[in-house]
Amino acid sequence: MGMRKVAVVGAGMTRFVRRAQETPKELAWQAAKMALESCEMTLDDVGAVCMGTAPDSFDGVHMKAEYLSDGAGAWGKPYMRSYVGGGTGVFAPIQGWYHVASGMFDVALVVCEEKMSSFYPHAQAAFLTIFDHTTERPLKPNLLWIFALEMNRYMQTYGLSKEDIARVAVKNKRNAADHPCALLGDADITVEDVLNSEMLAWPVNRLDVSPVSDGAVALVLAAEHVAKRVTDKPVWFQGVGWNLDTAYWANRDLAYPRYVEYAARMAYEMAGIKEPRKEIHIVEPYDPFDYKECHHLEGLLLADRGQAPQLVADGVTLRDGNMPVCPSGGLLGVGNPIAAAGLMKVAELFWQLRGEAGARQVPGQPKRGLAQAWGDLMQVGTVVILGTNP
Amino acid sequence: MNEDVAVIGVGWAGFRPATPEVSYKEMMYQAAVKAYDDAGVDPRKDVDSFITVAEDFIEGTSIFDEYVPDQLGAALKPVHTIGGDGLHGIATAVMLIKTGQAEIVVVEGHSKASNVLTLPHIVAYAQDPILNRPLNWETDFVAGLEMNRYLYESGTTLEQCAMVVMKNRRNALRNPLAPYGADLTLDEAMGGDPIAWPLLDRHTARHADGAIVMVLASERRAETLSPNPVWVTGVGWCNGAASLESREWGFIPYVRSAAEMAYSQAGIGQPRLDLDFVEVDDVYAYKELQTLEALGICRLGEAGGLTEEGATEVFGEIPVNPSGGSQGMGDMLDANGLARALEVVLQLRGEAGMHQLEEVEVGLAQSWRGVPSTSSAVAVFQV
Repeated sequence: MGMRKVAVVGAGMTRFVRRAQETPKELAWQAAKMALESCEMTLDDVGAVCMGTAPDSFDGVHMKAEYLSDGAGAWGKPYMRSYVGGGTGVFAPIQGWYHVASGMFDVALVVCEEKMSSFYPHAQAAFLTIFDHTTERPLKPNLLWIFALEMNRYMQTYGLSKEDIARVAVKNKRNAADHPCALLGDADITVEDVLNSEMLAWPVNRLDVSPVSDGAVALVLAAEHVAKRVTDKPVWFQGVGWNLDTAYWANRDLAYPRYVEYAARMAYEMAGIKEPRKEIHIVEPYDPFDYKECHHLEGLLLADRGQAPQLVADGVTLRDGNMPVCPSGGLLGVGNPIAAAGLMKVAELFWQLRGEAGARQVPGQPKRGLAQAWGDLMQVGTVVILGTNP
Repeated sequence: MNEDVAVIGVGWAGFRPATPEVSYKEMMYQAAVKAYDDAGVDPRKDVDSFITVAEDFIEGTSIFDEYVPDQLGAALKPVHTIGGDGLHGIATAVMLIKTGQAEIVVVEGHSKASNVLTLPHIVAYAQDPILNRPLNWETDFVAGLEMNRYLYESGTTLEQCAMVVMKNRRNALRNPLAPYGADLTLDEAMGGDPIAWPLLDRHTARHADGAIVMVLASERRAETLSPNPVWVTGVGWCNGAASLESREWGFIPYVRSAAEMAYSQAGIGQPRLDLDFVEVDDVYAYKELQTLEALGICRLGEAGGLTEEGATEVFGEIPVNPSGGSQGMGDMLDANGLARALEVVLQLRGEAGMHQLEEVEVGLAQSWRGVPSTSSAVAVFQV
């Protein structure tokens, strides 16, 4: 590959909270400032800014990225917003990657911000408008409904129980107890707690799903010659992939996310990965619901179909297991400010691969990690593979 | 890596004030089929990546990205949306190809403005929710303020703005894609009430529906696929101040920055001499003049005079908006940049029909995302 190498050299993250007092611009700036300070850069060093933020309807701001631009540090700079629904948080760093890999810029600042608490009374209502205006919206569906359908289909196809899946929520919320920015860390939570939480839409209980949250995350990306100058421990982009399936989600086999597989294959090919189960040391799959972590591990080809819950039961996916999954605590534990939550996963890989994850540090000096997000109408997969070698 | 990029196919549909017989999906499909045929590519086999430009509130759908793959032949392929103008989409395609990871990339932009019953209300949601929106003004007031300051600083007159309207709508009479062609007198072009003084109703483009699809390719693929590739030799984009309270009003520095970025890639040192013609934003007539100055085609305060002398006419020294611009073709929201780029591509290929310019080799397209934004993009095309 004659491709230009791109590294992550800095990261910053606000706390994920239920209701931030800061404006969206302020949240974006807090994360951007932390990321720049972490690698001793200033805005003058930044060539371009890439923004990730999910539906405008959360903030009730049209052209939300234009509103956020000065907060994200983009005043007087090339600035663009990429957008693939829930997959945005892992797409924005891909956008940053192509800004730098193209040779167009040496340093790109990637900022993801979400403020869902502005939506009154609850951001879930904003999701009514993601559905087809003619065939689906009149039924007044919400996201919980369709994911309950998908979870049910997944359980049904492989004969899984709610306990099998609740273990994911328990693992992630326990992991999050070690994350200083987490909203829902709980070192003592049990499977019974999850099963006994209030039923929202069968088979989804309240603790099976991540909460709406406010927060922002930022990364600094740099070309090889800059990265080597500013840090001894650059973390390199090895592969990126993304894939969007048809809008007609009701025609899809909901038991298996084929679009995630295609996105993963694109990233594996670019990274030269032949045996992902051996070559990926940490996984941060998208886990807005506990079943999604299993679903995505299978789509990423890191577990056989229907077998991911067994990996969880066997402890393989624990922080000190053979394949740590969501050592950050994931969306279920850290919180789910949509785009920011996706970028949090990439930031977690950055910290883990540098050995800077503190109490969350995965043992054994991991060399390579994968982050993945998912979104739209159960439709899009976005994958980033980072590693300590270029 | 870093190879050259060319437009190898274009397709379009609509370009009318209203398109009640088709949905936005059908319009996108029509444009896509034409573009793929023009480029000689199969979207299922040949295209590596797809980009669409859209904004949720305009589409009336949250996460509009969901509804684009099927009609583009892009299901189960890499697709993403850019919340920007069509020229931001072109810039993204150029970057993707220059990484070496993609060889053929498709860019789509569209407007179904006729579907939007309450456009001014929606655009008002782009105002700062804390500082500006509570004033409850239609967002055109931002253009009125800017125009007033621009006229004051540059010495441009209202009549010179009217001449932009006359020129562009006259150009539109020769462009079959332009629904707003008209031969106006100066009195007519000065008519209508101000919508935000000194901005006149008649200096504000009407909306139009349309979809545009472009196929871009790496040098290697372009040379085998296309007999007439149009090279994208420079792209630039920039945001200025987000808040009204901190921006400059007479001059638009973000357009200057975007242009400088594109010029340095394209090796353009003297825009007025090096560019054969330009297609620029003219959603508000004064914007054409303000933009020509920011692009460095003339100095501050000279664009009005150039227009008056006829230098920007199709037969002039540097034709500006030979297509008719947004005044003649209609304001197509975030597809405006692609509409400008489409004209540049057709002119450079010699396929502009009745409004073909003679001996053109280098053209520029520029767009602005409209009030209250300070977001602009520029692309330079060459044969």
